[in-house]
Amino acid sequence: MVQETPRVASLVLEMPDWPGHLAGQHVDVRVTAEDGYQAERSYSIASSPEDSRLAITVERLDDGEVSPYLVGELRIGDKVELRGPIGGYFVWRPADERPLLLVGGGSGVVPLMAMIRHRVAINSKTPTRLLYSSRSQDDIIYRAELERLAARADGLTVAHTLTRMQPAGWDGYARRIDLAMLGEVAWPRHEMPLTFVCGPTPLVESVASLMVDMGYDPPSIKTERFGPTGG
Amino acid sequence: MTVQQSDLKLDGNAIGGLLREIFTMEMTAAEGTCSSCGKVHAVGQVEVYMNAPGVVVRCPACGQVQMRIVKGGGRYWLDLSGIRCLEFSSE
Repeated sequence: MVQETPRVASLVLEMPDWPGHLAGQHVDVRVTAEDGYQAERSYSIASSPEDSRLAITVERLDDGEVSPYLVGELRIGDKVELRGPIGGYFVWRPADERPLLLVGGGSGVVPLMAMIRHRVAINSKTPTRLLYSSRSQDDIIYRAELERLAARADGLTVAHTLTRMQPAGWDGYARRIDLAMLGEVAWPRHEMPLTFVCGPTPLVESVASLMVDMGYDPPSIKTERFGPTGG
Repeated sequence: MTVQQSDLKLDGNAIGGLLREIFTMEMTAAEGTCSSCGKVHAVGQVEVYMNAPGVVVRCPACGQVQMRIVKGGGRYWLDLSGIRCLEFSSE
């Protein structure tokens, strides 16, 4: 288990017989209590398809039924029941050579990270921009890895916005994602980019409708909403 | 805390696992034609509400209820009357 932020951890799982996955897919995780009560939640896969182990990144929701167990109580050697991989809509296939715009809010960055890791693992040069909205610097998931990957200067750029609290000297954005920000970060329309947006429902709907207003082709904007049932 | 209806809205990606149980294949990339407005959307794009006793799927364009899915007692109830046609890969 890797603690990513105070509230978020990645679980790295040995998966014998894993059929392989595509970047952007998720799994359903089922936990069963001693009295037989079962609860099931969906979590995005964070690891690249090339990784030998499967990683999921889980945000701990205090009133959740599953995430406090996965993040707080699970021990090495414990078994969890997984179903998947699931999803064929919100997936990136590297054969698609369109430039990528990835827009994530909070733990919505997880499936986007699988795409970024996949891109690196296969040495893809697909021009890729990540716009990532977090509450504060401490809430940025994969912060060090993103910094390292962007420093390779191989066509990946990362822009952060911090919506609630910014550290002294912060040089990124400091507000919710808006038209002006997308205007600066998004690829020009004539480059025909492919866009993936993942995060809480209000963020996803706002970004998707701004992109449509800006004239991007709706089928080129793929969205995935994370809701309050994610616990 | 006030829970707004919009906060409870998810999308078809959230029911990919449930639909795979039923159809035994990946369904979020399947395309459904709304029986009310005739617009075509991928299952991944539709609006999904999971806070009801079952799952309610609505058209993102016109709001028509497209599917209702209830699972319980070892059975499924599947109402697809709001989908005129569902097209998906056979592979």
